[in-house]
Amino acid sequence: MRRIFSVLMENAPGSLSRICGVFSQRGYNVDSLCVAPTSDQSLSRLTIITNANDKVAEQITKQVNKLIDVLRVTELAEAPHVERELMLIKVATRTEIARAEVKRNVDIFRARILDVTAQHYTIEITGTSDKLTAFADVMDHCADIAESARTGVCGLSRGDRALRL
Amino acid sequence: MRMMSGAAMVVESLKDIGVTHLFGYPGGAVLDIYDALFAQDHVKHVLVRHEQGAAHMADGYARATGKTGTVLVTSGPGATNTLTGIATAYMDSIPMVILSGQVPSMHIGEDAFQETDMVGCSRPVVKHSFLVKKAADIPMAIAKAYYIANTGRPGPVVVDLPKDIVNVLEEHPYVFPDDVTMRSYNPTLKGHNKQISKAVASLKNAKRPVLYVGGGAIHANASELVTELAEKLNAPVTCTLMGLGAFSGVHEQFVGMLGMHGLLEANKSMHNADCILALGARFDDRVTNNVDKFCPHADIIHVDIDPASISKIVNAHIPVVGSVDTVCKQLLSRMDDINIEEQKERLAPWWSQINEWRARKCLSYVQGEEIIKPQKVIEAVYQHTNGEAFISSDVGQHQMFAALYYPFAKPRQWINSGGLGTMGFGLPAAMGVQFAHPEACSVVITGDGSIQMNIQELSTCLQYNLPIKIISLNNRALGMVRQWQDMNYKGRHSFSNMDSMPDFVKLAEAYGHIGIRVEKLEDLDDAMTRCFAEKNKLVFMDILVDQNEHVYPMQIKYGAMDDMRLSKTERT
Repeated sequence: MRRIFSVLMENAPGSLSRICGVFSQRGYNVDSLCVAPTSDQSLSRLTIITNANDKVAEQITKQVNKLIDVLRVTELAEAPHVERELMLIKVATRTEIARAEVKRNVDIFRARILDVTAQHYTIEITGTSDKLTAFADVMDHCADIAESARTGVCGLSRGDRALRL
Repeated sequence: MRMMSGAAMVVESLKDIGVTHLFGYPGGAVLDIYDALFAQDHVKHVLVRHEQGAAHMADGYARATGKTGTVLVTSGPGATNTLTGIATAYMDSIPMVILSGQVPSMHIGEDAFQETDMVGCSRPVVKHSFLVKKAADIPMAIAKAYYIANTGRPGPVVVDLPKDIVNVLEEHPYVFPDDVTMRSYNPTLKGHNKQISKAVASLKNAKRPVLYVGGGAIHANASELVTELAEKLNAPVTCTLMGLGAFSGVHEQFVGMLGMHGLLEANKSMHNADCILALGARFDDRVTNNVDKFCPHADIIHVDIDPASISKIVNAHIPVVGSVDTVCKQLLSRMDDINIEEQKERLAPWWSQINEWRARKCLSYVQGEEIIKPQKVIEAVYQHTNGEAFISSDVGQHQMFAALYYPFAKPRQWINSGGLGTMGFGLPAAMGVQFAHPEACSVVITGDGSIQMNIQELSTCLQYNLPIKIISLNNRALGMVRQWQDMNYKGRHSFSNMDSMPDFVKLAEAYGHIGIRVEKLEDLDDAMTRCFAEKNKLVFMDILVDQNEHVYPMQIKYGAMDDMRLSKTERT
């Protein structure tokens, strides 16, 4: 089962490697990882996506929580939440038809073209992971994907629930 | 405000924390710190012969006192040599601080001479680690290291110190923090009231309760409270290998150690219990045997300071996060209404069942006329030390014999590597014990395999006049490996026999100690008398024991807790 863990930790050297250690040491897989400082610069917030059954998920929560630098851990998908991921994708378009098709799909998916050259479009798209994957599939069909980069999921609980000190 | 160098700050911080002993080995990256050590006499430095020994000594010191052990080593090989010792402490939750030198900050990452990423290398086996980047941060980093090491679930903490920040030529203001608080680290000591109520109700209703006591009870100094609780409930008590001594081994309610080599009555009590109160124990695989068949009738109350230990292996019906001492007090405060006489009457059928299991006398063995049985040696050590010695053990058959045949009346008396199972632990650990308790009798129970893994520390023993008694059960083989090969590999002794052995008597003498070899049963008692009469000298007893002896009882793989072999021919 897909799990989304949100972690609030000290923005200190080595914190991230300890989190990764919990996963690698126990053979759990990280599907995506998104990390950046919060509005309070002394803290970092991570969103980790993994696949785990209930028992493993409980262990991940407890083992991550046990790390000295970690302040809070929560499983986002346990309650209503919003999640988003950002992808940058560069496609090569050799024909006018392909360029039109890419442009049309950008509109349909509400993506945005960031950069244009004679042969390439660089596109930004935000949404759920599924939407990004669907868009990448469409691009693969109508143009050649030169490269792409995804941020990994980040998410927040809805309403009152919040991960804070 | 006093001005001092980074190196002086390290030593001053140790002094301010109250460190008495520092186990270490000098080298390039820590020469400044060593220079600062030279000029003072608050912290006694012990010069070891191998850094692994330093870590085990600090570990033994910590286990015997409850205080944090301290290690100082240089960068690179000095640091990596401590890793086995750090892992040993980590697995058994022992408070330890390891100060490791590091190459100068500007050379980190350049593959400099004796550079190793110590914080990275040690990460999976430490509670936490610090790479100190400024001299001004030294006091706080060290204060935090000790605070983290010895609060909550204790464990080792590494403090990596690049050479440039401990430079003796640059001085900085020294301020030692009065108090350490960390917003991200606040261990829970007190059990949740609702959980305590549930636990009390379950214990009061239980007809077949068992107290399953682990090392956490020793870390929390909770022996007296555990005893009070056990007596109040009139419940049988079993201890894990790490918990031995937390409840007296000579108390009538003690049913012995449980687990793989546990007593029949201990494992039977667990398997048939209707309520298990686990106090600072973690349901290790060496206890549970097949988890699917583990204690099918019991309500499990799991008290542990580490939430991550609870329901990790066995699902707890009543989880209680807290320190064993605090939780015992909370439980006791709600048991005033228990009438001890009524409780005894209520549990009488349970005790008569337990006494039936006890009557099987699962520790009995046959001592012939000549070849010494290893069990006999442990019994002799018990008699000659009045059961009062600190026993440090290595790992293997002798460890199990010591755990089974030397009843420990007090906590911290039994020092062994339970979790990691580190051969070579015994001698340096016993040295740490002797430094902590100079007047006490510090004994090592070891084997011919284990003792050779850190035998170089015999030299350190001479330098510091440590009158340790080494009892080596010499079976010319790796006994526990052989036992498993006998049982599971049709007796194929693949590389478990040591075909050449040093003359241990001469070896002890070469290191400046006394060596005694015992080959026959009739000589054992006199040799022991001679050994323990030597109050001021180290004695190495090389005792030839039966090579074919197995440790029993022993759980049968994939079975329930109480599926056991009782001897080579009998099983439950």
